[in-house]
Amino acid sequence: MSVALSAQEITRALTRISHEILEKNQGSSNIVLLGIPTRGAHLATRINSIIATIEGAEVPTGTLDITLFRDDLRMRPPRAIMSTKIPTSGIEGKDVILVDDVLYSGRTIRAALDALGEIGRPRTVQLASLVDRGHRELPIKADFVGKNLPTAKTQSVKVFLSEIDGRDEVTIEEGGE
Amino acid sequence: MRHLLSISDLTKVEAISILDTATELSRVSDGAVKKLPTLRGRTIVNLFAEDSTRTRISFEAAAKRLSADVINFSAKGSSLSKGESLKDTAMTLQAMGADAVVIRHSASGAAQRLADSQWMSGSVVNAGDGTHEHPSQALLDAFTIRKHLGMGRSDLSGINVAIVGDILHSRVARSNVLLLSMLGAKVTLVAPPTLLPVGIGNWPVTISYDLDSVIPHVDVVMMLRVQQERMSDLFFPNAREYSRYFGLNADRMARMKSGAIVMHPGPMNRGLEISAEVADSARSVITEQVANGVSVRMAILYVLLAGGALEVGGN
Repeated sequence: MSVALSAQEITRALTRISHEILEKNQGSSNIVLLGIPTRGAHLATRINSIIATIEGAEVPTGTLDITLFRDDLRMRPPRAIMSTKIPTSGIEGKDVILVDDVLYSGRTIRAALDALGEIGRPRTVQLASLVDRGHRELPIKADFVGKNLPTAKTQSVKVFLSEIDGRDEVTIEEGGE
Repeated sequence: MRHLLSISDLTKVEAISILDTATELSRVSDGAVKKLPTLRGRTIVNLFAEDSTRTRISFEAAAKRLSADVINFSAKGSSLSKGESLKDTAMTLQAMGADAVVIRHSASGAAQRLADSQWMSGSVVNAGDGTHEHPSQALLDAFTIRKHLGMGRSDLSGINVAIVGDILHSRVARSNVLLLSMLGAKVTLVAPPTLLPVGIGNWPVTISYDLDSVIPHVDVVMMLRVQQERMSDLFFPNAREYSRYFGLNADRMARMKSGAIVMHPGPMNRGLEISAEVADSARSVITEQVANGVSVRMAILYVLLAGGALEVGGN
């Protein structure tokens, strides 16, 4: 096992991502942050608080569970459904930033795009991911990446966040999934 | 989990997981999303060999919100009324590629028979078999109780529930006794002795013959329908007497705890076991039970059809 990102590096990456989001969207006025449970939701909350310190105001932040939209449901045991909370301002005409911990095959994001399509029509959908480990199976790309981690498919990337795991760390382990 | 035949098939963890799933799914039905692609391409057959309004429509709505294809099939207007056996019907459904059969039948054990046989390979959901069980109703009742009185807890510990009326003929009561006590609720059955089944001493419940003494102490009063169509003997002298001793009227409702709720699985005999005044009162959650039924049945279909064995907690 090797540590890919330390606690400090995670904080720096999220700070940079927050600045990039604001730069690309020319401020925070039209942004909605949607975290993909479980860890993406915590990352979205963190990005929101960083944006709040920069811009002086929070942005609408919610969660989007994509379990019911997955294309691999039949291949695995049923997964527990996580919470979906769309901010009351909605997503219609907004710049929606999806936030996830690890970008891998891209299938989660495909499912998230389907889920968003059921809820409304955002002006743009952008993707922020703490880690991009490659091996895409679909034509999907992140707009904001904390760190690109070249990995082999046999390895597994684990993200630990203090909110649920008690510490901030990203590790690479041999022989995962 | 492949079938849902009886509450006794479920562990406490599985039952709570179904309720949690239903909670998330109910947010889906409340919000902008009415339809989910989860069960696209799956075929669900509603095989109703006994009359039903709520349960059939509820399962149909649940399946459709998950994008499954639904085939409705009732005894009237099908070959069941020509005397076709359950076996031949099941084999027909198998040949048509049914992924799940939701069965309502007047014979206790019909769903079990269908699941145990090799007649078909799909999942079987018991939507009420004779006087045996009605697990999806119990789950939606538990869901409704937890929503109103659970105070954020995952189970029903510390909640007192009275189930009142025709226990003998009630599959709803059987499933509810099993589920509610598994989830930690204290269940009291209130009925005339003639409407209590033999062997009730072994159930995890308290028995009372006096509704008035129970009413002030419970958080939930669940009234049961007097099932006249299943009554071959005289179980009580007349409707007026039954109503006076075991009916829920405005006087009795006034003595309920503050915050206590009134439930009824429907269809109601207004004026017999429940007065119209009570059924339409603010304490009544009867129409909400119907709405919750769709979310709970979506959760059941999701758990049975979306994958293999039930995975509990995290992802």
